[in-house]
Amino acid sequence: MSANVLEIRDLRVEAPNGAVLLHGVSLDLRPGEVLGLIGESGAGKSTIGLASMGYGRGGCRITGGEIRLVGTEMRSASRPQREALRGARIAYVAQSAAAAFNPAMRLDKQVLEGPLLRGMPEAEARAWMLELFRALQLPDPEHFGERYPHQVSGGQLQRAMIAMAMAGKPDILVLDEPTTALDVTTQIEVLALLRDVIHRYGTAALYITHDLAVIAQIADRLMVLRHGREVEMGPTAELLENPQQDYTRQLVSERRESLGATADVHHRTGETLLSVKNVNASYGSTPVLHDVSLELKRGETLAVVGESGSGKSTLARLVSGLLPPRAGAVRFGGADLPPRFRDRSADQLRRIQLVYQLPDVALNPRQTVGEAIGRPLAHFRGLTGKAQRDEVARLLEQIGLPADFAARLPSALSGGQKQRVCIARALAAEPDLMICDEVTSALDPLVAEDILRLLRKLQDDLGMTYLFITHDLSVVQRLADRVMVMSKGRVVETNDTATLFAAPRDPYTRRLLDAVPQLRTDWLDEVMAARA
Amino acid sequence: MGKLILQRLGLGVVTLALVSVLVFAGTEILPGDVAAAILGQNATPESLAALREQLGLDAGAVSRYFAWAGGILHGDLGVSLANRQPVADLLWPRFLNTMALAGYAAIIAVPLAVGLGILSAAWRGSLFDRIANVVALATVSLPEYFLGLLLILFFSVQWGLLPSLADTWSGMGLGAWLQATTLPMLVLVLVTVAQIMRMTRTTVLGVMDQPYIETAYLKGIPNGRVVLRHATPNALAPIINVVAFNLTYLIAGVVLVEAIFNYNGLGRFMVDAVSKRDLPMVQAAAMVFAAVYVILNMIADISAIALNPRLRHPRSKEA
Repeated sequence: MSANVLEIRDLRVEAPNGAVLLHGVSLDLRPGEVLGLIGESGAGKSTIGLASMGYGRGGCRITGGEIRLVGTEMRSASRPQREALRGARIAYVAQSAAAAFNPAMRLDKQVLEGPLLRGMPEAEARAWMLELFRALQLPDPEHFGERYPHQVSGGQLQRAMIAMAMAGKPDILVLDEPTTALDVTTQIEVLALLRDVIHRYGTAALYITHDLAVIAQIADRLMVLRHGREVEMGPTAELLENPQQDYTRQLVSERRESLGATADVHHRTGETLLSVKNVNASYGSTPVLHDVSLELKRGETLAVVGESGSGKSTLARLVSGLLPPRAGAVRFGGADLPPRFRDRSADQLRRIQLVYQLPDVALNPRQTVGEAIGRPLAHFRGLTGKAQRDEVARLLEQIGLPADFAARLPSALSGGQKQRVCIARALAAEPDLMICDEVTSALDPLVAEDILRLLRKLQDDLGMTYLFITHDLSVVQRLADRVMVMSKGRVVETNDTATLFAAPRDPYTRRLLDAVPQLRTDWLDEVMAARA
Repeated sequence: MGKLILQRLGLGVVTLALVSVLVFAGTEILPGDVAAAILGQNATPESLAALREQLGLDAGAVSRYFAWAGGILHGDLGVSLANRQPVADLLWPRFLNTMALAGYAAIIAVPLAVGLGILSAAWRGSLFDRIANVVALATVSLPEYFLGLLLILFFSVQWGLLPSLADTWSGMGLGAWLQATTLPMLVLVLVTVAQIMRMTRTTVLGVMDQPYIETAYLKGIPNGRVVLRHATPNALAPIINVVAFNLTYLIAGVVLVEAIFNYNGLGRFMVDAVSKRDLPMVQAAAMVFAAVYVILNMIADISAIALNPRLRHPRSKEA
């Protein structure tokens, strides 16, 4: 018997199409230790987490190596043996608890299912569940379990998922981006409770995330992964202070930069391009925007920040004419803008372009890049044939892709390249205003950084005006001239970026700023101490 | 949720009212008329006119519609033009026959099909799954008259196990009735099982791709329990829909099977009535079929509403 609860040696995992996801990764996990697995998408972090439970997602196969879980070799274990270990010795917490809970089953039934199935007496299991609900500060813990997943908030559901994982008193938790889907103010609470619970019960954990600042608060050691290989492993503080590998250095410096640097502020004094005055909007009978006003000058970047449900995307829909307001007016370029896009002139439509959060969905999978960019060229500018091809090539060059990409289909592009194509498609219309709705949220940090750089360059070259919708404050700091903070459909505060970050006036803005994880290992302790 | 169900009920009533208009209009534009059919060769313009007046055919269409529809609301389906008996007395026994055969088939087909569908989903890709799929495809691609003749060929002609004619009469014993109706029942089961089974399998498999199924596996829940407790409840609404669809077929779409086995059901009743131009009989039968269709689909929709956890347990409980 070894002292480690998990030993992985030379693990190889292949996808059903033969692609190798992990090229021989090894790691040890001691009892009660938290090992952070860090990397961008495709690095193989989740694959390691699932493989340590003897599970391959979507038909992935473990093709080599050893996984020794509390003394049992998972690869050679029988199915009943694996089932006996899952939930009891090792348990999983998914990124999206909303998707990970069965919508047709009460929460307590789902939390208790595993322990009861393995013969824990019901009274004992219930008492333990109640203790967990209390430890995780769930509201009304005695009756919390009687609810269905849709009856509780996202943050509560994520905590319930942690309770479900802890219900079998496992030695190891596999935490797969457990706070990534949460709003920043919710994330900090869940993170603190999660850390508290695993310390209190001495549970070891594989903590999978792409966010260095988050993992810095909770992990004892870090393993940096890239393309299915280990880049570097070491104690958290040491690795953050003194990364040995170039890739780790890049990740760390990107995160540091994103938390410090401020954009060169453009103080625009020119004409007002867009003004929204005292707008109210609702979905059906549910009001979502209350008395929202903003002004945007030509060449300026206004960031609209807020958590989910703040109304920031509704504002984008309203400006683009997808959702007519109940009251108030939108003026653009000195003229009233018809509330519905159908009533707008072709020129008005051309001058406002949208770039969306998910480039995968925003591009037609059957259209080549050239066709996607060519359509607005033909539609708004009447360019066809060679003139259109030349312009597509010029636009591709402008957004930093080779001209021969015009013949490619979206499936042959990476996420960052797709988002560039979406930006080129918007540029093709020669817009005055670009509405960017969470354009970097679905991208890995280093890729997102490149996209932000591109947007800044376009602004310098073309004088583009951005209405930038985001929940990510570090993005705001790097890009925006001014910031408008929204909460529950109202404008909380609008100010110059530097002023707002240095001296937030509204308590909500302060809470939002304080909740952004910082890249030092004692940040969470400080925040929690300050709150107490 | 109560409001949604009431809305659906209201919609069902409106649908039935519209159907009654369509049925009435449809029989109005049917070629030929019953007076000509009754009198046949002996018709003279005078006798036709006299008979029409006697039968009430000379009144306006709108007033006849309201008289007819009002009668239905009181359970009065009118009087057969051909033999002057109340339609209800002729129709309900045949309807009961149809319901009996449909019930006999459904009791076997529905649990069998849903069970097979769940099993083939749980054992996706196994030999069982493949055999079940091939057999289902085969039976669903064969028309029911061919299946019926095939069964008669083997069970009646070759092996002499079951009668080829489904003769039934009131007062016959249950054993005899079962023996008489087993062959038509088998045809109906074969035709309906395939569709319900494949739909069940597809729906359950669709649910099996959901993240919460992965969660269940990662909790160490065995496969069978995952399929039964986590996947199937979330697949019920579409399954109920396809079951309802097949039940309507069992009641309203079995005229071919009734013809093959010479079974006294409502399908043949309607065909006979059409050939005799007996409009009240045709209208009544059509209304009964339409009502079955509307009511079963309404039950399916209401079950789907009632099974939706979001509607069953509204968020307000949170407060």
